[in-house]
Amino acid sequence: MRFYDLIFLAFSTLVRYPLRTLMLLIATSIGVMAVILLTAVGEGARDYITGQFKDMGTNLLFVVPGKNETSGGMGPVDLAGVAPRDLTVEDAISLRRIEGVKYIAPIVVGETPAQFNGLERSVPIIGTTPSFLAVRNWEMEAGNFLPGVTLDRSPPVCVIGKEVESELFGKNNAIGQWLRVGDRRCRVTGIIGTEGRAIGIDTQKIVVMPVSLATALFNRPSLFRIAVQASNTWEMDQIKKDIIRIIKKRHQGKEDITVIRQDAVMQSFDNIFNVLTMALGSIASISLFVAGILIMNVMLVAVSQRQSEIGLLKAIGAKNKQISYLFMTEAVILSGTGAMLGLVFGHTITQILKLAFPDFNFLPPLWASFVSIIVALVSGVVFGLLPARRASKLDPVIALSGNK
Amino acid sequence: MIQLENLCRHFEVGNQLVRALDEVTLGINKKEYVSIMGVSGSGKSTLLNIFGLLDTPTSGDYVLSGINTSKMNDDEMAHIRSTKIGFVFQSFHLIPRLTAAENIEMPMVLSGLNPKERKERVDNALARVSLTDRADHRPEQLSGGQRQRVAIARSIVMEPDVLLADEPTGNLDSGSSKEIIKLIEELNKGGLTLIVVTHDVEMGSRSDRLIELLDGKIINDKKN
Repeated sequence: MRFYDLIFLAFSTLVRYPLRTLMLLIATSIGVMAVILLTAVGEGARDYITGQFKDMGTNLLFVVPGKNETSGGMGPVDLAGVAPRDLTVEDAISLRRIEGVKYIAPIVVGETPAQFNGLERSVPIIGTTPSFLAVRNWEMEAGNFLPGVTLDRSPPVCVIGKEVESELFGKNNAIGQWLRVGDRRCRVTGIIGTEGRAIGIDTQKIVVMPVSLATALFNRPSLFRIAVQASNTWEMDQIKKDIIRIIKKRHQGKEDITVIRQDAVMQSFDNIFNVLTMALGSIASISLFVAGILIMNVMLVAVSQRQSEIGLLKAIGAKNKQISYLFMTEAVILSGTGAMLGLVFGHTITQILKLAFPDFNFLPPLWASFVSIIVALVSGVVFGLLPARRASKLDPVIALSGNK
Repeated sequence: MIQLENLCRHFEVGNQLVRALDEVTLGINKKEYVSIMGVSGSGKSTLLNIFGLLDTPTSGDYVLSGINTSKMNDDEMAHIRSTKIGFVFQSFHLIPRLTAAENIEMPMVLSGLNPKERKERVDNALARVSLTDRADHRPEQLSGGQRQRVAIARSIVMEPDVLLADEPTGNLDSGSSKEIIKLIEELNKGGLTLIVVTHDVEMGSRSDRLIELLDGKIINDKKN
């Protein structure tokens, strides 16, 4: 039998029973669609999280006070592990001598009321240095980012987010105005243009001031953390060792800090979300096998219904394998067409979701399309085998005397 | 052409052994027109199924066109059915979703003939059964007589050596029956060996030879 004859015969059967065919196509397409949509959500979440990390800048190391380690057995002093010393601006200054360090940005965070011209609102404060702008890849909408500020010098200046500007200054030009922040005053030198979140804080709602001003404002010498940007990725491991060595020396030999590589954290999240996406895809693939079982059941019923036809085909010279191919082809056409429809529906819905939720990038991975088609076809073949075999093994005499 | 030697076909039904055919020895010549008659359960359909290689004997030999079919596997028997045997059934056995032409074409589709040759043979077969104008009709659009003529066209399209007809007029009115009898007799006159299982005494009397079966045995074998 020629290939196109096989396809024609299989199609003619599928067309002959449109409702049954439609149900099976829907079952398979839903399975493929589920794979596409769930992996799109997983991949979108991965893209969102890694995007957040990328927004934080590249080649970054974060120095965080404290260190997790196993403790006990050494007496009461060590029962709580290593008691961290505060990270200070001096610690940050000491890191400047490390080779390969591009920027150092100490960070202090807190929250306090900000007032201007009788208007007041509570604002998150970030105390840092001008390096922070480069480290975070921020852009200024207007003015300058903490002019004249260094690790050592803290003139009373600040920059504000757009919402702070609009809420406190209204239509007035904020730049050059004096803003009262807690019990301090600082002159507004710029408006942050970047939107998004920094250290979990909305950039439109923040006030950024020199680190020393912030420590004085919160009466707290400790830093929240120190951001260190390396010139090159390949230098990061050495810089990390140098940071630990220098801080340990400054902290009387206690290694009481943790240095986190941003790319390592990002990679971990990336891996987690990749596994999550694959898990979601695998779960959705189960529905493809369910569709395959449905195809098998319907095909088994079809074998019973078409006994007479099978008997006739045998009587006029069909070999067992030709009968088998005929049923297998029907199963493969059903699963293949259903898979293609599922792909079209799945990708269409992800496009609609993208329009509905523009901040979240629904991105079905390429492998999901391939894998779902392959799984659909394999399940079509596997679950088509039993009915095909049953049809091919029918006794022609019994088959011919079946339903006439 | 056809030679049966001590052929038996037994079935086990529960604990009982049913001897559908019992030690049948029979020879049928080329171009012969043979009617097989008998009461229900006499073994005539079983005999026809064995002639058509749809069923296999329990014992004995069946030689068709010089080929002993006893040791054949399924594929070899399918090949013989495709090339040497044509079937006509009482209930036509047309595939409802296919047109008359496509039904006639089906044996050639299965044997992989090229489309051009298939088309020529289908046209010839339709002309022989006078249904050229019904080529694109589906079985449901044809009368009983026309359906049987399509089935006959399908049975001869591979130019078989023998045509096996199982009650070919059983589902037809008398007018259509006469047409079908005339048609298959013409095929026989054209050189085709014809074996017909029938209850129709008139058809039996028109054949060259009448074989009567009872309880799986030949009780009468006479030339008309």
